[in-house]
Amino acid sequence: MTDISTNSQPGHGENTPAKLGYSPVADIPHRPRVADTDPKAARRAERQVASMFLLSMLFVLLFFVAYIAIDKSANVYIPVFGVVGAMNITLGFTMGAAIFLIGTGAIQWAKKLMPDVEVVQERHDLSSPTEAKDEAAANYERGKEESGFARFKVIRRTLIGAMVLFPIPLVVMLRDLWVSPPGDPSPSELLTTTLWADGIRVVTDATYLPIRPEDIPVGGLVSAAPADLMEVQELAGNLNARGKAAIILIRMDPSEIVSQQGDGWDIQGILAYSKICTHVGCPIALYEQRTHHLLCPCHQSTFDLADSGHVVFGPAARRMPQLPIGVDAEGYIVAKAPFAEPVGPSFWERG
Amino acid sequence: MSTTNSTSASPVASSPIEAAGGAVATYVDERVGSNKFLGRNLGKVFPDHWSFMLGEIALYSFLVVLISGVYLTLFYKPSMVEVIYDGSFVPLKGIEMSEAYASTLDISFDVRGGLLIRQMHHWAALIFVAAIAVHMFRVFFTGAFRKPREFNWILGVGLATLALAAGFSGYSLPDDLLSGTGLQIARGIIQSIPIVGTWGAFLLFGGEFPGTDFISRLYGIHILLVPGLILALVTVHLMLVWTQKHTQFPGPGRTNSNVVGYPLMPVYMAKAGGFFFIVFGICTLIAGLVTLNPIWIFGPYTPDQVSAGSQPDWYIGWLDGALRIMPNLESYFFGYTISWNILIPAVIMPGLVFTALAFYPFLEAWVTGDKREHHLLDRPRNNPTRTGIGVMAITFYGLLWIGGGNDIIATSFNLTINSITWFLRLTIFILPPIAFLVTKRICLALQRRDRDKLLHGYETGRVLRLPHGEFIEVHETINYKELAVITSKTDIAPLPAPVKVDADGVANRRYRIQALRAKLSNFFYADNIAKPTAAEIEAAQHHVNHAAALEAPLHAYEDADEIRNAHGGVLHHPGMANSNTEQLTGRSEQ
Repeated sequence: MTDISTNSQPGHGENTPAKLGYSPVADIPHRPRVADTDPKAARRAERQVASMFLLSMLFVLLFFVAYIAIDKSANVYIPVFGVVGAMNITLGFTMGAAIFLIGTGAIQWAKKLMPDVEVVQERHDLSSPTEAKDEAAANYERGKEESGFARFKVIRRTLIGAMVLFPIPLVVMLRDLWVSPPGDPSPSELLTTTLWADGIRVVTDATYLPIRPEDIPVGGLVSAAPADLMEVQELAGNLNARGKAAIILIRMDPSEIVSQQGDGWDIQGILAYSKICTHVGCPIALYEQRTHHLLCPCHQSTFDLADSGHVVFGPAARRMPQLPIGVDAEGYIVAKAPFAEPVGPSFWERG
Repeated sequence: MSTTNSTSASPVASSPIEAAGGAVATYVDERVGSNKFLGRNLGKVFPDHWSFMLGEIALYSFLVVLISGVYLTLFYKPSMVEVIYDGSFVPLKGIEMSEAYASTLDISFDVRGGLLIRQMHHWAALIFVAAIAVHMFRVFFTGAFRKPREFNWILGVGLATLALAAGFSGYSLPDDLLSGTGLQIARGIIQSIPIVGTWGAFLLFGGEFPGTDFISRLYGIHILLVPGLILALVTVHLMLVWTQKHTQFPGPGRTNSNVVGYPLMPVYMAKAGGFFFIVFGICTLIAGLVTLNPIWIFGPYTPDQVSAGSQPDWYIGWLDGALRIMPNLESYFFGYTISWNILIPAVIMPGLVFTALAFYPFLEAWVTGDKREHHLLDRPRNNPTRTGIGVMAITFYGLLWIGGGNDIIATSFNLTINSITWFLRLTIFILPPIAFLVTKRICLALQRRDRDKLLHGYETGRVLRLPHGEFIEVHETINYKELAVITSKTDIAPLPAPVKVDADGVANRRYRIQALRAKLSNFFYADNIAKPTAAEIEAAQHHVNHAAALEAPLHAYEDADEIRNAHGGVLHHPGMANSNTEQLTGRSEQ
């Protein structure tokens, strides 16, 4: 122990390099640092290192002051950074400086006061010496012989069989990562159905109020949901139904409608489209009323809502599904039928 | 080991503390034999170069991620139970949200220092992935992956993949609007996988999206599975660096069979240990000063809302970009759908990229037919094809990354999304090969320059008029450092074309594979500029001396010896004052 510590002390030369496992590189010119030759400079470096460690301690103290004194909801204005939380910036700065200064102190110490002479160490062959290789081979042969692994064919084969089979239950048990809901629908059935059906009222998606056609001006857009969404959501305890049923209502001059996915699926120029992108499922609400284009903010697929929701640009391959709508007896907008095609991203069984 | 460190670093020898430390070391040694290890390794030499710190940054930022992550687990609640927010962030008061999001808000606003730790965790994670990427560039471009370090390269590729998984799973945990959107995209990608995709997505998410399971499942993956694997792989990665000893750049006195640098104790310990605190400190300072991922602005997740300008963390950007620029191909047959528009950019392309990365060392070794160990790093210029391939990959990556920000670029520079997308769709095929060619040519030009320097020295810029009227520029020999670096180049000859039928009329059954190998080998090495031979240097030196003789007091006279000696691999500097040996001896006399 003492051996090691004295070995590494700079300035102690009584240990031969061989004992250390390395030797100085011969014949590389080396320019001594100021601290190597001038004791004053060395002391200066020593003071620098110590004052960094001292400052670090000081910042820890400041951290505690800030932690106790600053109100956690207070904001301050700092040039360049703007208005920021006073607590966060003070704690971050004091703690960061305390840690950072330990690092700079250590490196200053290494660079100014520890030896800066490069030393050389020989590399050794990575591969094992011949005796070790032979020993390994002999031991392997002995083990093979003693176990009879080569001789007992039946044991070998049954062992392989057992080893192949035993992990399968572990994989099979992953099946119930998803417990099918009542009625045992398949994933593709679930992905194909939404809450929309004939007569379901269309309501706004934040306030759940029914909508009359006259509530939507030409050029307007309303994010909407089925009227029974809240009930279903409460019952299911999740947002799954919302993720599939979200639609947008947009209104354009009927003369601007080039085509629809079904005859008379609009009400006086009001069209209902799924809000879920057919690419990878982002909700879409970037609508340009002049061109009737709907743009997905995630990957910029663009759909022409005046022309059956066809893809005009971007990575989406399928058109936006349209929901046929009408007006009920009280004058509110309702769905006339479920979606005719699955909403959201494609999947294997979609067809 | 830490005991030893603290005691032996003490400036006062044989102090009571040091004696106690020694007693502890003896106690431990008698039980585990630790001094055998310490004796061998405290003097272990590590070479010094700024680029060797990149891997250190990755390691240290990972430690910062671990430390801050432990703290976060104490406050974060991985639950999707809906709660009404009642914390101190006023704008969201009374809003229904998952407990995960609410607890993240609490960490940000109600736990003192919570925001700092959260931002430290996120910043350090970003730095972690970035450092891995740049570290990988260094290893690739210098050929540090060559024998015997192929395993470590593969471990590194595994670590990079795990880092992405760690980042993405963590990004999704706050359950804010942005992270939920990212998950929805991930689900869309899983669903695109033929045959198993739909079921896979249902199993992973516990049913339809969003369900109520993914937060708790991702949590387990994020805080146990992935970091556990990373820790295990990092440990092996470092153990291999330790046993194989670090590679070094060429330089005076550095050969393939030695390591030139500083001993672990004390210089490397102080430098590396200090650097840990610097990385830790910088992560803390950034976390205090720069807001990252302000989840309180995005609001709680709901599957029917999204914010414009949705951006993933930087390291997912290239995959998002690939998704964005892919044309909308989809096939339908026998009642099934294959979404090429998702499958190709988000599943096949990254799969190929990571596979190619993992296999590259073996491909190059096969092409080269090189079975030697390499401990001396290549200069990137000395393997122009490898360097070209690397720059080509970076260009490819960069273009996809631009694609990931195409909406931001469009709004910032008043361009249309459509033109940016079409630009990228074309340049993704055009620019990487151009980058390859340009890089290769630059490397070859640099090789020529090196050859020139060896043969004729460097141009001093001094023009002389000779007595008979001729003007010459004076060349001087390069210094010993540059000489050692340039002469480190090893020339690899391309493999000869195989014979189809040998002299005895026996058909070569491995002809096709050998022909491919020879072709690749030519592709790699045919253009290489050969290092000058000793005779060539001799002849050129004579020419230099001849020119120098016309202008008497030139250094070329003395230095001519140096070139010759150095080329033979021996460095000799007659009369060189203050060599290392003297420096060390000098120290001991102080």
